[in-house]
Amino acid sequence: MNQDIDYITWFGINWPTEVEWALVKTGQILIICILLLISLAFLLLFDRKVWAAVQLRKGPNVVGPFGLLQSFADFFKFVFKEIVIPAGANKTVFMLAPLLTFVLAFIGWAVVPWGPNIVIADLNVGILYLFAISSLGVYGIIMGGWASNSKYPFLGGLRSAAQMVSYEVSIGFILITVLLLVGSLNLTTIVDSQADGIWMWNAFRIANFAEFPNNILVGVVMFAMFVMFFVSALAETNRPPFDLPEAESELVAGYQVEYSSTPYLLFMIGEYLNIVMMCAMMSILFLGGWHLPWGSIESLGIGPWLTSLAGLLVFYVKIWIGFFFFAMVKAIVPRYRYDQLMRLGWKIFLPTSLVAVIVIGYYVAFLAPAATHTVAGG
Amino acid sequence: MLASIAFYVLSVIAVISAFAVISVRNPVHSVLFLILTFFTSAGLFVLLGAEFLAMLLVVVYVGAVAVLFLFVVMMLDVDFAELKQGFLSYMPIGAIIALALFSELALVASASMSAQGAPISIATEQVSEVTNAEAIGQVLYTDYLLVFQMAGLVLFVAMIGAIVLTLRHRPGVKKQDIAAQVGRKRSEGVELKDIRPGQGLG
Repeated sequence: MNQDIDYITWFGINWPTEVEWALVKTGQILIICILLLISLAFLLLFDRKVWAAVQLRKGPNVVGPFGLLQSFADFFKFVFKEIVIPAGANKTVFMLAPLLTFVLAFIGWAVVPWGPNIVIADLNVGILYLFAISSLGVYGIIMGGWASNSKYPFLGGLRSAAQMVSYEVSIGFILITVLLLVGSLNLTTIVDSQADGIWMWNAFRIANFAEFPNNILVGVVMFAMFVMFFVSALAETNRPPFDLPEAESELVAGYQVEYSSTPYLLFMIGEYLNIVMMCAMMSILFLGGWHLPWGSIESLGIGPWLTSLAGLLVFYVKIWIGFFFFAMVKAIVPRYRYDQLMRLGWKIFLPTSLVAVIVIGYYVAFLAPAATHTVAGG
Repeated sequence: MLASIAFYVLSVIAVISAFAVISVRNPVHSVLFLILTFFTSAGLFVLLGAEFLAMLLVVVYVGAVAVLFLFVVMMLDVDFAELKQGFLSYMPIGAIIALALFSELALVASASMSAQGAPISIATEQVSEVTNAEAIGQVLYTDYLLVFQMAGLVLFVAMIGAIVLTLRHRPGVKKQDIAAQVGRKRSEGVELKDIRPGQGLG
């Protein structure tokens, strides 16, 4: 694991000066951003296709083969439209809000490990960084809602702020259970602790029968945490069934009502990138990151270069699988009512995750094999 | 070099936005500048090597506390022009408090500078063997466990106090009782009536 962030070893060379280092980092950031944006274009189409398939429709199928270019057509449509700013709006904040959402959705990816040694910044506190950035996401929405100077957007903004703050608490506790098991805040370490196979993935610890009977306890708790993380991620990203901030039937489109053309596009990209980020977090925390279900990616025995690429591919596939579940939930689950949403967050998820932290803490302190102790101590 | 550029950029932004917090007219803008100040201070923490504190600052203050500030300021229709009416009469008291704070900070900084004969940031170099999170965990949960738990207890009491103070039971309000809903049986909810033709329900 490369802890020394002053050097970059992506291309097998240690770049000496800070200027060159900065250039290389900028290049890496560009590559990741472009990869994300292109993936996003197809993820959007995938989302609509899944949704259509559930409803026995065809979905977008006109632009390009199988509608593959639909997202690009939508992009150009958005960009060439006129930007309308309401007369009573607070112009600076109004334009700042979508930009903020867009930028925040991207900067979280700086610490995401895409594969072995493919990471822009291998922070010691990577998971906290992700948590901090995702907790900032609420500002774009609340600023957009307020600056529009209109009632529906304002109500939508307030709803979403309350919702995101509520579910962040339980997400925080769920993260703590994973951190306790792994004993590190570093994302690469978290992924590597799940290397051996599917029974070491945090979501499926129940299959780790080498630790019988403790695996039953940890497995049940961690699988519950995985499911709760998924549900909280839906709420945190304002996805159906928790899309109350933009509930079409009551708030028109919530905080986005007054937005058009490119600012609206920025909001949409930010929202979808947050969803992809949640899929990536699920994969890193619970589904073994870039490791294969039957063993670590290094066990393939191909050179370091190919291992990194294969790891990236595995991680990417896991993100798509996670996104498939997001799309399916959107297609088949009816929308929650707002009081039900708050009840689920505060009265069910928060106590459950709190108990889970205590149970996992007990396991790590008294039941876990010695190997976990050394990881936790060092 | 990059570190010094980052330091100057962050501190300039922090100072300017801190000044803007108290000088802009719109209260919502004021809170937004406060958030910017928090965020740049977190950046300064990272430069000092205290990345754990930086992340906590963002999670707790920017992610939670400032959202509540923003909520309150947006919901209350604060007329700042009216508030600024008494600005001159409060000015001397404010100036005295600011002076006291500044002199305290200057005292602490100069004392620690002269004690070590070196900048404060040297202190962080020595503990670079363990990560931030571990060092803080050691101090909080091993050395000062009792004090830490007592602080938590005080916060807990404050929270319960706030809930007790604001909780009120209004009679006659219809509320959803989830347990009663889920616990309902078919025999309680459904009644079968045998209706003869031409008679109706009566």
